[in-house]
Amino acid sequence: MVMTRVRESGGIPTTSASEPGATPPARPGRRLRADLVLLLLLLPGLLYFLVFHYGALFGNVLAFQDYVPFLGVRDSAWVGFAHFERMFTDPLFWSAVANTVLIALLQLIFFFPAPLALALLLHSIVGDTIRKFVQSVVYLPHFLSWVIVIALFQHMLGGAGVVNGWLADLGVGGIEIIGNPDAYKPLVVAQVIWKECGWATIIFLAALANIDEQMYEAAALDGASWWRRLWHVTLPAIRPVIILLLVLRLGEFLSIGFEQFFLQRQSVGAEAGEVLDTFVYYTGFASGDFGYAAAVGLFKGVIGVALIYAANRVAHRFGEQGIYRS
Amino acid sequence: MSRFAYPAWQGRPSFAVRTAKVVALAVIVALVIFPLWAVVSTSLADPQEVIDNGGWVIWPSRFDVGAYREILDGGIVTRALLVSAGITTVGTALSLTCTIGLAYALSRPRLYGGKPILLLVLFTFLFPPGMVPLFLVVNGVGLFDQYAALILPFLINVFNLVVMRGFFQSIPEELLEAARLDGAGEFAMLRRIVLPLSKAVIAVVGLFYAVAYWNRFFEAIIYFNDQTKWPIGTVLRQYVTGGAALAEGGEGTVSSPQSIQMAVVVLATLPIVCVYPFLQRYFVKGVLTGALKS
Repeated sequence: MVMTRVRESGGIPTTSASEPGATPPARPGRRLRADLVLLLLLLPGLLYFLVFHYGALFGNVLAFQDYVPFLGVRDSAWVGFAHFERMFTDPLFWSAVANTVLIALLQLIFFFPAPLALALLLHSIVGDTIRKFVQSVVYLPHFLSWVIVIALFQHMLGGAGVVNGWLADLGVGGIEIIGNPDAYKPLVVAQVIWKECGWATIIFLAALANIDEQMYEAAALDGASWWRRLWHVTLPAIRPVIILLLVLRLGEFLSIGFEQFFLQRQSVGAEAGEVLDTFVYYTGFASGDFGYAAAVGLFKGVIGVALIYAANRVAHRFGEQGIYRS
Repeated sequence: MSRFAYPAWQGRPSFAVRTAKVVALAVIVALVIFPLWAVVSTSLADPQEVIDNGGWVIWPSRFDVGAYREILDGGIVTRALLVSAGITTVGTALSLTCTIGLAYALSRPRLYGGKPILLLVLFTFLFPPGMVPLFLVVNGVGLFDQYAALILPFLINVFNLVVMRGFFQSIPEELLEAARLDGAGEFAMLRRIVLPLSKAVIAVVGLFYAVAYWNRFFEAIIYFNDQTKWPIGTVLRQYVTGGAALAEGGEGTVSSPQSIQMAVVVLATLPIVCVYPFLQRYFVKGVLTGALKS
């Protein structure tokens, strides 16, 4: 969402360049010297991106090698696209793809609309104190780590957890949620809703606060009911935000997160719990098959860029800004 | 409820509607608060009571801080808390310094080479480094088994950078121009004009970094051979996913494993809850919403 800003501000400066106090255009050498302090300030940050992002980008050559840690990237044998060929015929890989896509779809259906609904509810609360209190409560889980969130879920829903204890007191049989492969996908979606739903309302609330009150007055004068005001005033007014977030979500469709799945994959087994990122982890770090793991990671990265590009095209077609301007 | 002024066009909703809203909000708040409550009370309950009750307690009949005393008694959890505190402090300071430097330089409109550098930085947002290649780089620069492996690979967050750069750009050019006429260099302008004006955004970005460093646990698993270097999140993961093994009494603990486990959860959560009100203050100020909106 922030990326939209970059576009407007990252372009050619129009106002400041024509300012009266500005120095006349100088030769590159003099500009370089004038900016020396700024370039020094920028250097550590730039180095960080070059080493840890572009270095890692270059490290993807691993995906085309039979990587042996002892030999390193320089001396390991090249294998061309062998890892990718293996990937396309690997049932474990396809199982991870299927789990990832299914969880992403469930997130899209259940997690995406939840913050919008909560934001509409919060926005309709007129009392400031109540609204602010609820907001500060529901934002909190966003700042807790996945380890804590999963510990909380285990404590509540686990075999020896609070809910099962209550059910036992009522004489009802327990429910098996934690560690149950069949319940895993709804569970992980419920976890992400618990953790992120409140935080995700922020952007919708900001959009709702910007709606012109006069539109509501006019609609009410025309006798529009609560439902018609929602449908004909509220939703159209925040449509750009909804589309932007939807596009962002679709662009990051495969990025369903790693830590949440890494922590729980063992408890349900690979068949139900393996997603693409955990597949990369277990192939690379547990089995030591670094080249193959890097190939799967690279494949996911390339699909990710393609999805962002496609989602952005769709946004432009809708007449919205999207993430960047081509 | 009448003390709240409903807009004239809306009128006062019916009793049923108001009740439904209040109930819905109460349920939502309870869903967030209750699990935290259950964890805190289990960690503070008498260990025997926890065992008798099957692993959890909602209303402890008496308080017992034995679990806290045990894990804070210089063992692995104590050490992990210190490691996390150190990584969070050093990491946040380094991250803020580098983010401010880069954001300020890139916010100057006519910086030499500014535009290509900006594109170089933003591109990384589209293509985050893969787990395996990043591991090779971290190893390659000699960070294996070094605390720096939990800091340097995450030094700058592009989101935070963009928020800060946007804020620096919103500072009126006239202010800087006046300082420039007084003969101030770029560094002096940053120190005397830009930074004092940007306290709020620096605080927010700093807290974001701090929370991220405190919560980081996965990297220690792949970068550290030496488990005594593990931060609290990684240790907590052992307690959470290895809960069964602990229950079999492998550690010879006095308290019930559940109260120990929950005490670790509480200690890992506490710093976050403590800085949370400060984060909140800046939401109210609208610094963050302003940045998010744009």
